[in-house]
Amino acid sequence: MSRFFANRLSATIPPALCGVLLVLLAAWNTNAGVRAATHNPRSGEHLTYASPVEMLFHPNQPRLYVLCQGSDEVRVLNAATYEEIRRIPVGHMPRGFSLSHDAGRIFVANSWDDTVSVIDTHLLKVVATWQVRGEPSSAIEDREGKHLFVANRVSNDIAVLDAQTGVEEKRLAAGRGASYMTPSPDHNRLYVTHVYPNPTREPTTNGNRNAPQSEITVIDATRAVVAERIPLANIAHGFHVAFSRDGRLGVAAQLHPKNLVPLAHLEHAGAFADTLTLFGADVGKPVEIPLDELERYAARPFGVAIAPDKSSLYVSSGGSEIVTVMNVPRMLAFAHTHSGPNVQNLAASARYVTTRIPVGRDPRGLTFTLDGSKLLVANRLDDTISVIDVHTKRVIKTVLLNSPAQISVLRHGEQTFYTARYSFQGQIGCANCHIDSTFDGLTWDLEPDGFGRDIVDNRLLEDIRGTEPYKWNGGNPNLPTECGARTEMYFWRSETYDDLTLTDLVVYVRSLPLRPNRWRQPDSLLTAIQERGKALFSRPTDKFGKPISEANRCNYCHSGAKGTSQKSFDVGTGKATDNSGVLDTPQLANIALTAPYLHDGSARTLEEIWTVFNSEDKHGRTNDLTKDELNDLIEYLRTR
Amino acid sequence: MKRLCALLVLIVAASSASCAAPRMPLYRFDSFTTANGLPDNHVFSVLVDGDRIWAGTENGLGVYENHVWKTYTTADGLAHRAVLSLALDKRTGDVWAGTMGGLSRISGGRVDTFTQLNSGLSNDVVYGVSVEGENVWVATAAGACRLDLHTGQWALYNERNTPMNEIWVYGVDATPTKVYLAVWGSGLLEFDQKTGKWDKYDDPDGENEMVLFKDQGLIHEIVTSVSYVDNIVWAATYFGDSRYDGRYWHNFLTKDSGLPSNFTNQVKGLDANRAWFSTDKGLAYYDGANWAVYRNSLTTGTPEMTVRDAQGKVTAVAVTTAPAHNYVLGIDFQGDDIWVATAKGLSHGIRQHEGK
Repeated sequence: MSRFFANRLSATIPPALCGVLLVLLAAWNTNAGVRAATHNPRSGEHLTYASPVEMLFHPNQPRLYVLCQGSDEVRVLNAATYEEIRRIPVGHMPRGFSLSHDAGRIFVANSWDDTVSVIDTHLLKVVATWQVRGEPSSAIEDREGKHLFVANRVSNDIAVLDAQTGVEEKRLAAGRGASYMTPSPDHNRLYVTHVYPNPTREPTTNGNRNAPQSEITVIDATRAVVAERIPLANIAHGFHVAFSRDGRLGVAAQLHPKNLVPLAHLEHAGAFADTLTLFGADVGKPVEIPLDELERYAARPFGVAIAPDKSSLYVSSGGSEIVTVMNVPRMLAFAHTHSGPNVQNLAASARYVTTRIPVGRDPRGLTFTLDGSKLLVANRLDDTISVIDVHTKRVIKTVLLNSPAQISVLRHGEQTFYTARYSFQGQIGCANCHIDSTFDGLTWDLEPDGFGRDIVDNRLLEDIRGTEPYKWNGGNPNLPTECGARTEMYFWRSETYDDLTLTDLVVYVRSLPLRPNRWRQPDSLLTAIQERGKALFSRPTDKFGKPISEANRCNYCHSGAKGTSQKSFDVGTGKATDNSGVLDTPQLANIALTAPYLHDGSARTLEEIWTVFNSEDKHGRTNDLTKDELNDLIEYLRTR
Repeated sequence: MKRLCALLVLIVAASSASCAAPRMPLYRFDSFTTANGLPDNHVFSVLVDGDRIWAGTENGLGVYENHVWKTYTTADGLAHRAVLSLALDKRTGDVWAGTMGGLSRISGGRVDTFTQLNSGLSNDVVYGVSVEGENVWVATAAGACRLDLHTGQWALYNERNTPMNEIWVYGVDATPTKVYLAVWGSGLLEFDQKTGKWDKYDDPDGENEMVLFKDQGLIHEIVTSVSYVDNIVWAATYFGDSRYDGRYWHNFLTKDSGLPSNFTNQVKGLDANRAWFSTDKGLAYYDGANWAVYRNSLTTGTPEMTVRDAQGKVTAVAVTTAPAHNYVLGIDFQGDDIWVATAKGLSHGIRQHEGK
């Protein structure tokens, strides 16, 4: 329909205006879809993409297992020919999987189902499904087959399950957004990264913003306790970890944001550094090294693999759509002589990066063939696997996963969202700040408001359809403006989207669904505490019987199903550095997940919105509440 | 005549046997102060975690491992420099520290802090903490609360939803069946984990200054510490201590027991019959019949150990060491050894066996 109108419009209306109309029309016309199965408005087909994210070879069977996030399945391929053998349906949005210690089972972490699927590798079917609350994102068994460790992104912990029965025994505190887990070669320890920065210790103010802090949580797999935490200073988002076979070198892929300085000079490498942290006996104290070099960025590093002979290190970069190859001895030599901050040194990586191999769209997981002669790359957004010859460092084969050849609007929009190709020198893409299409837990200083002015918290993208206007000052009336001209001018500083690309991007962003709320009961009924909080949310009188004006009740601004009136108000949260205290009312979707809070991220927790930043009761009447009543209100908000 | 002599010998032998002091645990106390790395000499609390010893002091949280002290401070994220209470989550290895400025969790070296401003914690002055399953129970200056580690939800317990007359909660002991709160001025509160109901134990005479009804209830309303083990409640107050078996109460006072002082900071039950008492006049051990007191002599200041048997006979045991100070604030156990938090140092009581 959009294409039809585009053709008709272009014949009669000037091209520029036609483009704008087309984008607006598409954004209005397209309903939300589901990521896995996308409705194609151009062809009318119902398209399902595999979206491979991880792979593993079975040590004793000639099989390659491919975890397909889009089609909610594990695909089994012939390890030599890559022909498909079987498709095994699993839970929704699987994010990680691994083999059991005896290779008899595969554990699949289904992130949006809160389950782990157990696949029998002989029967090639799911033989058990275990509940694990909190968005399970990876699962690994210990070497005795006693415990299964499951990293959970929403509950920020690692569940320890009985590996035979799935009964949960305990949880270990991990980093915020715990997601990716790697065992040491001897399986004595597990290394867990997390995709959102840990909460800051000190209250954040405009004048004293804090650098993000992350960690690698190290689990003693035998005792099932946290053994230590490797601090990652200035790192906001951690992804895969890999070890050399001798266990002496560990490498973590990560994003190092530069959010404490104005996001003004992308051309000066101003937004992110794509880096690795090296740790282990080979390096001593952990060292951060950059992957980028001038004009050759490795945007959004994700997968890591070290060659069995420890000669080379491979890193996939989703935004740049490449695999970077590094010479390990030269990299270690650099690390030994440059133990300080290396992030600003864009000449550094030239010392150890040997090749940058173009692969498919949004490359994710990496795995070596059992003989170590080839490296496989799961290209999430074009349903392919790149096979790289480790000797020639070239892609020698691209395996197609029997997916639709046609690219739907949503698929194209998602590809646009995840690529860095539109920004200056290919430095960043939408997914840099919206991790897995969500948020990043950071505050940024965007240029158009003035340097050091209007520090803004990054907001969650889920279910944002119908919550316009956008931006904290409500300055963008719709998504085409938000994702188009604004992004192109202030973020990309490079080429603009063509009309269809922008249309598809907007359609994709509008389609992002709300992930399951973990604070709601399965029957959706509120608990007694949540009910009490709900009553406070809309109460007409305060504790002393005094009427609360309609405009000072929570549900006045945060009205409707999404918790926003779509209007702007001054609720007394403006800071001296803000150009205006009048701010857009944010939606409340999954608000429990999106700390920090307020427009500038100054409230570290939901509690601080009222205990620290509402002294005059302008952000709702709350100062009459007792502590337990405020707790009730917050428990209700967590269900939104 | 021979028979008479033999009888006399037997009588003397029996008499001397009955006069022998009961065998009570003997310790050699090695003490730590700031001179050998302790963060501060004023030690409020001590916690044994395997080979690791945690000391909550007035100026940071110390951890002793491999003969070295490491100190956590507010710069590391600790809620406050004064660490009043400690608890170990045995399942995860995490240590919970109650401070004068909030509650901190130390997990794998990372410190997470919960305060009344940034979380659902009822008050920043945390006197006591206890971990049971997935719940962390917290005794604060404004009631008690429970953090559900699974959901992150806080439940507050105060005068609005419990029989708590005063909200100054000084201690908590949480077990799978019961949770007990030691409340300053409001007796002892009992929470039944199964029914979710509260019960309350008070001083039956209601007198602050005297004990009118001994062994008929809690000795005093100002309860400082509680310990629940083997279905027995041990409760400490500043005016004597109590033991309750669910039916009968027994009170301990200096005047009729081996308790060195009625002013008791902490009680720790070992089982149904045995308990340790931290008082302002030394450390005391009760084995169900006899008492042992470990301290520096109140008159000469030299180390002493006294044993009081069931008949009230007091015998001195020759010792060369005592806890660092008589003002004892807390104890914990490491196998046969004991660790003692005092107002002027931390002491390691190393169990001495016969012949050593």
